Amino acid sequence: MHPTDFTLRGALDALSEGTISSVELTQAHLDGIAKLNPRLNAYITVTAEKALAQAKASDERRAAGQVGALEGIPLAIKDLFCTAGTRTTAGSRILDSFVPPYESTISQKLLDDGAVFLGKANLDEFAMGSSNTTSASGPVENPWSRANDPDTRLVPGGSSGGSAAAVAARMALGATATDTGGSIRQPAAFCGIAGIKPTYGRCSRFGVVAFASSLDQAGPVARTVEDCAILLKSMAGFDPKDSTSADLPVPDFAKACERGVKGLRIGVPKEYRLDGMAPEIVALWEQGLQWLRDAGAETVEISLPHAKYALPTYYIVAPAEASSNLARYDGVRFGTRVTEPGSDLRDLYERTRAAGFGPEVRRRIMIGTYVLSAGYYDAYYLKAQKVRALIRRDFEQAYADVDAIVTPATPSAAFGMDEKQDDPVAMYLNDIFTVTANLAGLPGLAVPAGLDAQGLPLGLQVIGRAFDEETVFAVGRTLERAADFSALPRLRAGA
Amino acid sequence: MSLDTATIRRIASLARIRLDDSEVQQAQAEINGILGWIEQLQEVDTDGVEPMAGGSPVAQAKARLRPDVVTDGGQADAILANAPDRQGEYFGVPKVVE
Repeated sequence: MHPTDFTLRGALDALSEGTISSVELTQAHLDGIAKLNPRLNAYITVTAEKALAQAKASDERRAAGQVGALEGIPLAIKDLFCTAGTRTTAGSRILDSFVPPYESTISQKLLDDGAVFLGKANLDEFAMGSSNTTSASGPVENPWSRANDPDTRLVPGGSSGGSAAAVAARMALGATATDTGGSIRQPAAFCGIAGIKPTYGRCSRFGVVAFASSLDQAGPVARTVEDCAILLKSMAGFDPKDSTSADLPVPDFAKACERGVKGLRIGVPKEYRLDGMAPEIVALWEQGLQWLRDAGAETVEISLPHAKYALPTYYIVAPAEASSNLARYDGVRFGTRVTEPGSDLRDLYERTRAAGFGPEVRRRIMIGTYVLSAGYYDAYYLKAQKVRALIRRDFEQAYADVDAIVTPATPSAAFGMDEKQDDPVAMYLNDIFTVTANLAGLPGLAVPAGLDAQGLPLGLQVIGRAFDEETVFAVGRTLERAADFSALPRLRAGA
Repeated sequence: MSLDTATIRRIASLARIRLDDSEVQQAQAEINGILGWIEQLQEVDTDGVEPMAGGSPVAQAKARLRPDVVTDGGQADAILANAPDRQGEYFGVPKVVE
């Protein structure tokens, strides 16, 4: 077996049995990156020397009997996580040369558990996007392609498109990602891998470049549900440096994967049956529910009456918070500065931000500025916060009757790189099934479950109660086992 | 409601984003498209609903105050390491006061 074909779990076992070293595993992934990254552009920065030094140190620790939970495992880190001494760009020109002097809590926890960092994964600029086409470092290509149209290059989804493409193409065993409206789950579904956005507060946001602070939540992407569970265990936990971090114990998520679903009640929201939904998405959803019934669960129709207002609510709340968070990029203390001879301070701000931010980021900052401005705050922002409360209440009422909710992950399979680029609202609709979990602060897992007629992956989503990722993993693993998803992308390391 | 070009310029100015004359019309069309789509929220009855501000009521319920003590400091070099115009122990900016 080629070393890049291991699952994360399989690699841990092989390292433990001594059939491979972390240096060999890391080198195999670096070789895959060298071969594929010039085309896929999944990594913005490859830290080959650091990775090999970390792998060597890991092998030495293992030889000395010190074995962390992720000892020797090569990972990709989304370039939204600050990494001490390694450039962190957030996919933006404005942070083009930013080298953080500190480490994000999550990446530090992964290092503490023995992980090896291969490099920084590409993303939509400031995590704003659903196609990974807004990155200042250029678009990411999905390693999958249509069987009947292999020359059309497809998007990997976004914003964690680099993370998802790297994992799907076997250029990493797993990756960190973040999800503000669907940015873990949509790219995971588009790339045929698994990804979980945990409950808001489960993972520390310290050192993760902020987009919309009440919605942002970090999580892992990996090729199996169990691999996601292993990674989340290392990433999660209370952090005094994040005031919204939850002071709760972190369960053994991997163990929960094998719980099964016998006796669980699975909610099926009737509002998610959209007019004009692709028949293969409808069929996959039905198939997933049947798999769960076959495994002993009961499926129940539920109603989330305010779900249809989730996207417009999101497109007030998220830009409002972004306009505030991104005010810090002013060309004074760090990042890019743009001036003209004779520029005063205001001109410095305005030129820096016009040149430093791309069109989608500028657009969202302007919308956020408008909905928070005097005279419009109540009509937009306060209204959206109230609808958000209703969306959350819908879920609370549903969870009085069901243990988890299962929906499609996305309304379509991956689309072409030049599609949906002219109409922002058409792009926003990608997150129609995922965004409710962010607004309500709930955990959501995407699981690869089938292929469309063109041979592209499609995913299902499991949404759970707050801080009940364990049930989410149990349902996700049951779907994964029944789907037995074994298709492979055309572009991958070791192929 | 549709925003006119003067409002678009005012928003850009509030956001400190320089907008050339040639960019105003495109920004106007895109922002009006998005605001028109968002308008559907007005049909939701939210009378008596408490606005949800944070991301997790569970975490908020357990919100805590840390002791009000200095926990950090003495890191001028790290803080200035990424400054586009470092001047000694200061961030340099164009002259603000004549």
